[in-house]
Amino acid sequence: MKEQTYTVAAREALDEEMARDPRIFVMGEGIGKRGGNFNTTLGLYEKYGPLRLCDTPIAERGFIGLAVGAAMSGSIPVIDFMMVDFILDAMGEIINQMAKMQYMSSGRLRMPMVLRGCIGIGGAAATHHSGSYYSTFSNIPGLRVIVPTTPADVKGMFRTALRGNDPVIMLEHKNLLSNKGLVPEEDYTTPFGQARIARAGKHVTAVGVALTVQKCVQAAEVLAKQGIEVEVIDPRSTSPLDIATILQSVKKTGRLMIVDDAFEPCGFGAEVSAQVGAYGFDDLDAPIRRLSGAFAPTPYSPPLEQEIVPSVETITKALYDLVKE
Amino acid sequence: MEKDTGLLLYRNMLLIRMSEERLAQSRQAGLVHGACHTYVGEEAVATGVCAHLNQDDMVFSTHRGHGHALAKGVSPFEVMAELYGRETGCSHGRGGSMHLFKPEVGLMGTSGIVGPCILQAAGAGYTFKLLGKPNVAVAFFGDGASNNGAFHEGVNLAAIYKLPVLFVCENNLYATEVPASYSSGNPDIYQRAIGYGIPGVKVDGNDAWEMFLAAGEAVRRARAGEGPTLIEAKTYRTRAHSEGMRDVGYRTQEEVEAWKARDPIKMLRDRLLSDHTVDEDDIDNIHNDVTARVTDDHQRAADSPWPKGSDALSHVYFEGA
Repeated sequence: MKEQTYTVAAREALDEEMARDPRIFVMGEGIGKRGGNFNTTLGLYEKYGPLRLCDTPIAERGFIGLAVGAAMSGSIPVIDFMMVDFILDAMGEIINQMAKMQYMSSGRLRMPMVLRGCIGIGGAAATHHSGSYYSTFSNIPGLRVIVPTTPADVKGMFRTALRGNDPVIMLEHKNLLSNKGLVPEEDYTTPFGQARIARAGKHVTAVGVALTVQKCVQAAEVLAKQGIEVEVIDPRSTSPLDIATILQSVKKTGRLMIVDDAFEPCGFGAEVSAQVGAYGFDDLDAPIRRLSGAFAPTPYSPPLEQEIVPSVETITKALYDLVKE
Repeated sequence: MEKDTGLLLYRNMLLIRMSEERLAQSRQAGLVHGACHTYVGEEAVATGVCAHLNQDDMVFSTHRGHGHALAKGVSPFEVMAELYGRETGCSHGRGGSMHLFKPEVGLMGTSGIVGPCILQAAGAGYTFKLLGKPNVAVAFFGDGASNNGAFHEGVNLAAIYKLPVLFVCENNLYATEVPASYSSGNPDIYQRAIGYGIPGVKVDGNDAWEMFLAAGEAVRRARAGEGPTLIEAKTYRTRAHSEGMRDVGYRTQEEVEAWKARDPIKMLRDRLLSDHTVDEDDIDNIHNDVTARVTDDHQRAADSPWPKGSDALSHVYFEGA
C-alpha cells in the first residue's frame, strides 16, 4: 500500500491504462501541455503526445459527439470535462447517442468511453460550477454512473471504466480531490455496483454520495460518543446501484437516512427510498428520511451556499432524531 | 466515363430508387409501422460518394438514410425487413427507418436526430488518425443540419485536427418544410468551409458523374492526410418528407416537376447512351436484375419472422463478445 491523493491515484490509473492500451486518448480544455485544470493529466502530454492528450475548443457538444464516434469506431476516449455543468450542452449526444448506441446497434457497436470531471457545491463556485447531476444521469439506460470517494476507489473504478465496454460518467467531488488515502500497489480493479461500508454500525443506516459519505462518517464519529452507532454506506456507483448492501444494513439497523447534495425530487434518495420501501418494508422501524441539497440553483456568497447543502451538524442532528423516532 | 463505373453508378441508383418505391407501396399496404423517409431524387449523392469507399470506411447518416445504407452495401432485404419491424432487419427491429445499423459493412448508423452524425464522423476520423488506419469517414446530412451547432462544432474540430472526413451536405432546399433560403444567412452552404479553413465544393447533386468526381477528390485528400472537405450537393427530394405526410403548402407543383425533369437516374442514362458508353441492352439488363432483386428482397422481408418480445431488454449494456 502507498499513500496518495485522490487526484494522483486517478492520474496514475489513467497513465497506466494509456501505457497498456494505445486506443485510449483524452480530450478536454487545457488537458494537453497544461496538464489539466485540476492536474488530472499532469506530465502525460510529454509521455503520450498531442494526439492522445488532445486540447479542445470550448465546444462540449462537439467534442463529446466526436468522442461518441471515436468509441463507435474502435478507440477509447476519455473526456476530461472539468465541471459537470459544462457537459449539459452535450446532453443530446450523451442521452440520445452515447447511451443508446449499443442498444440501437443490437450490441454490434461497443461504447468504451469515460466522461470524467468534478461535481459538488463548495468554494463559492456559484451555480455554473457546482452541479452534481448523478441522479439525472442515473435515470438513463445505457449509462454507468460512478461516484468514487476514496483514492483507492477512484483508481480501481477508473481502471474498470477504461477496461470495460460501456459508457461511464465518473463524477469526482471537488472537495475530495486532495484527500489522501492508502492505495494498493498491485494492479487491481474495483467493480461497479458494489457498495462499500464506510463505517460499521447497528442503530441507523446512512447512505451518502461522494462528499456526503465523508460528512456522514464525521457525523457518525460525533454520535458514537453518545452511544449511537451509525452504519455509513458508500454506494460508489449510482448506476448500477447496489441495493442489496443497503437492504442488508437496514435489516440490521431498522432505520435509513439518505444524504446527498443533489436535488431531492425524483433523485437518488427517492430511488433508494422506493427500493427499500418495496423490498425492506418489514425491516423498517421508522420512516425513511432524506437529507438533500435545496431545490434551488447554487448561490455564491458563503452564508447562502452553506445553507443549501447538508452539513455535518445537520446530518448529525437528523440521524439523532431518526434514532429517537 | 468508363463503362464499368457508369454501369455501377446506374445500378446502385436504380437499386435505391426501386427499393424506395417498393417501401412507399409497403407503407401504404401497412407493412411499415412508423416513419418512412425516402431518398427518391437524391440517389446520385450517396451513390457517387460510396463508390469510392471500402467496406472498412465508415458512413454516418441522418433520418433520410435508406439510400446511404443501400449505397454502403446493406441489402434491400435488410433495409426493408427493418422497416417491416422484423428480426432479419439490419437493426433487428430496434430502429425502423431512422436507425439503420450495419457496422459490418461500415454503415455506422442513421439517426432520428439531425446533426450528431457530423460529430460522429469526425470521431471516426479521429480513430483512423490515432490508430494509423488508412480509412475515411463520411457524414451525410441535410441543409437543416447545416444550421445546427453540431455542424459548426464538428466541421471546426475536423479542420483543426485535420481529420480524414467528408462532410456531405445534401441541400434539398427544405428542412422538412422550412426553406433553406429562409433559415440560412447564406444558403450557399459550401461557402461556410472558408470559415473553417477547409475546401468547400458545390456540386450538382443530381449529376451522378459530377458527384463521383467531387467525392473522389475529397476521398483522395482525406486518405492522403490533407484533411476534411465540405461538399454541398444541390439536390431535391421529389416525394413527401415522410411517406403519408401532406406535401403541400411549402413548395409548388411546378418546382417539383422541374426537379423531376432533372431526375438523376434519367440524367445518367441519357448521358451513358448519348456518349455510347453503354447501349439499351445494358440498361435493360440492369432494370431486369434490379427489379427481380427488389421484388425478391421485399417478399423475403415481408415473410420474415418478428423479433421475440423477450429480446426487448438485451444490449442496453455490453453483454460479452
